[in-house]
Amino acid sequence: MIFAFGGNVLLATSFYVVQKSCHVRLAGYLAPWFVVVGYNFFILIAGTGYLLGVTQGKEYAEPEWYSDLWLTIVWVVYLLVFLVTIIKRKEPHIFVANWFYLAMIVTIAVLHLGNNPSLPVSFFGSKSYIAWGGIQDAMFQWWYGHNAVGFFLTAGFLAIMYYFIPKRAERPVYSYRLSIVHFWALIFLYIWAGPHHLHYTALPDWTQTLGMTFSIMLWMPSWGGMINGLMTLSGAWDKLRTDPVLRMMVVSVAFYGMSTFEGPMMSIKVVNSLSHYTDWTIGHVHSGALGWVGFVSFGALYCLVPWAWNRKGLYSLKLVNWHFWIATLGIVLYISAMWVSGILQGLMWRAYTSLGFLEYSFIETVEAMHPFYIIRAAGGALFLIGALIMAYNLWMTVRVGEQEVQMPVALQPAE
Amino acid sequence: MSFWTRHQVFEKNSIILIVGILLVIAIGGLVEITPLFYLKSTIEVVDGVRPYTPLELAGRNIYVREGCYLCHSQMIRPLRDEVERYGHFSLAAESMFDHPFQWGSKRTGPDLARVGAKYSDDWHVTHLTNPRAIVPQSVMPGYPFLGSTEVDPSTIADHMRTLRAVGVPYTDDQIANAAADMKAQADPDNAGSDAFTKRYAKAVVRNFDGKAGTPTEMDALIAYLQMLGTLVDFKLYNEKANLR
Repeated sequence: MIFAFGGNVLLATSFYVVQKSCHVRLAGYLAPWFVVVGYNFFILIAGTGYLLGVTQGKEYAEPEWYSDLWLTIVWVVYLLVFLVTIIKRKEPHIFVANWFYLAMIVTIAVLHLGNNPSLPVSFFGSKSYIAWGGIQDAMFQWWYGHNAVGFFLTAGFLAIMYYFIPKRAERPVYSYRLSIVHFWALIFLYIWAGPHHLHYTALPDWTQTLGMTFSIMLWMPSWGGMINGLMTLSGAWDKLRTDPVLRMMVVSVAFYGMSTFEGPMMSIKVVNSLSHYTDWTIGHVHSGALGWVGFVSFGALYCLVPWAWNRKGLYSLKLVNWHFWIATLGIVLYISAMWVSGILQGLMWRAYTSLGFLEYSFIETVEAMHPFYIIRAAGGALFLIGALIMAYNLWMTVRVGEQEVQMPVALQPAE
Repeated sequence: MSFWTRHQVFEKNSIILIVGILLVIAIGGLVEITPLFYLKSTIEVVDGVRPYTPLELAGRNIYVREGCYLCHSQMIRPLRDEVERYGHFSLAAESMFDHPFQWGSKRTGPDLARVGAKYSDDWHVTHLTNPRAIVPQSVMPGYPFLGSTEVDPSTIADHMRTLRAVGVPYTDDQIANAAADMKAQADPDNAGSDAFTKRYAKAVVRNFDGKAGTPTEMDALIAYLQMLGTLVDFKLYNEKANLR
C-alpha cells in the first residue's frame, strides 16, 4: 500500500505540481511515461515476489536484487525528469513544495542504495544475500525504514500539503520563514531517528540514545510544519463547513500533528520498553498512514482530477462528505483498537503475580487480542469503503463532468 | 544581507539545493552507522558462535521465505520479564553471521531467539504442520507442505560461497563438503556424520522430521529452530560478577 498507492500519488502530484509551479512542461517526451510505467512494473514484480516467497527478509525492503536494480534505474530517471523540469523553470524561485519533493527523491535514492547492496547467489536465481550482517544490517535497515517514513511518507506528502492546501483554501502559505526552518530542520533531524526502532536490543547504547534524542527533537519541526499547514487557513476557516475536500486535508494535518507527537513519545526508551513488539506501534503507524498520508492523498486527488480533466468541480461533494465521515470513523476504530490491544498486551507480558511469577503465558495474551482485531478489521473495512466511494466519485467526475462542459455549447444555436 | 535573503541561493539554484540536501541528510547516517563498523565494543567476542551448517542455512532461508520474522522476533531485551520468559538477553555476537538480521519488530507470536532445544523435534513437526493441534488458540498458519518438499543439496555450496563473499567465515573444507554435510546432519546413520560434527561445533545430528530419505524443508527448518540461541554457553559466565 505504501509503495503502490503512496508512490503513485507522489508521482502524480509531483509531476503536476512541478509543471504548475515552474510554468513549463515536464522534461523529456518519453521519460515521464517511462517513470510511471516503470514504477508500476516495479510494484508488479515486487508484489508478486511477496506471494511467491521471494524476499530479502527486510521490512519495507523485501524486493530482491533484480527489482531493486530496476527501481534504481526508474528512480534516477524520475530524479532527472524532476530536476531538469526545475532547471527549465520560468519562475526565479523554486516553490517550497518542490524542495520537499526533491528532498524526497534524493534521499529515497540514498536510502535505497544504502540498505540494499546484496550479492545474488546466481544470475538466474532470485535469492541474494545482503552485504550487511547482524547489528550493522539492523542499523542500516532502520536508518532506511524510519526514513522511508520520514521522506517517502512525510516529506513527499508535506509537498502535497504545501501546494494543495493553499490552492484549495485560496490563501498563501502561512509563513515563508517557517517553511524554510521546517524544511531544513526536518530533513536534518529525521535521518538520526532510526535507532529508536532498536531500543534495548544488541545495538550499542550510544546509538540508541542518539536515536531517542533526535526523535524527541524531531517533534518541533514536525509541529512547525503542522502549524504552517493549519494556519494557512487563517481567514478561510469558514470553508471547512462548506468544502469537505479542504476539511479532509485539514484533518489529515491534524492526524500528522497527532502521530508526530506520539512518535517522539514512543521513542523514549521507557515508553518504548512497553510499546515495542506490540500493536501500539501498529496503531501509531496507521494514524499516520491512514489519517495523514491517506487523507492528504484523497484531498489532493479530489483537487487534481477536476483540474486535470478540466471539470468545473467534482461529480458530488455529498459523496466526499460520506467518504470523509466513513473513513474518519474507520481510522478512529482502527487506531484506538490497536492502542488498547498494544498497551494491554505490553502490560500482560510484564505482569507478575504476588508470588513473583509471570502472570500470563504468551498464548493468553494472543487470546486477549481477539476482540480488538475484529474492531481493527471493521475499521479497515470502513476505510476501504470510503476509498471505493472516492473511486466512484472521481470516475463519475471524469465521465459525467465532460457532458456538463459540452451541454451549453450544443444548446447555443437553439437559443 | 539578512539570513532570509541569503537563503535565496538555495531557492534560485536547483543544483545548490540538491547539494545542500545531500550534505544535510548525510550527517546523521554517517555519525550513527560508520562507527558500528570499527568500534571494537560494538560486537563483543563470545565463544561458541559459528556460521550456520548447510542444513540450518537452508532452514533459515525457509524462515525468511515464509516471512516468519513478521510475527516472531529474535531479540530478547534485557528486561526482567523477557529474560524470565525467553532466556538470557540476546548478544550482538549471536547474530553477527546473519545476512539479513532477523530481529523483527512485532511479536504476534513469541520471541524465537532461544527457542532451540526448548521443544522436541516431534513437537515442531506437529506444530508446523498444524499449530492448533498443539496450541488450540494459536493464530499461526500451518505449513504442511514443508514435510513433503525436499531441499536441494546441490546449490547450498553456492549459497555458502556467496555468504563468504559478504563476510561469513566459511572454510574451503566446509564449502567443499556442503552437500554431503546437509544430508549427514539429517541422518544419524550417515557415514559422514562424524566428519560433519567436527566441521561445525555443537551442531546436532538428528532425523528432525522423523522420515527417512532426502532431507525435507521440515528437516531444514527444524534444524535451524533447534539451534537458535544454543551456541553460547551462559553457564561459563558469572552473571553475579556484574552486580554492584
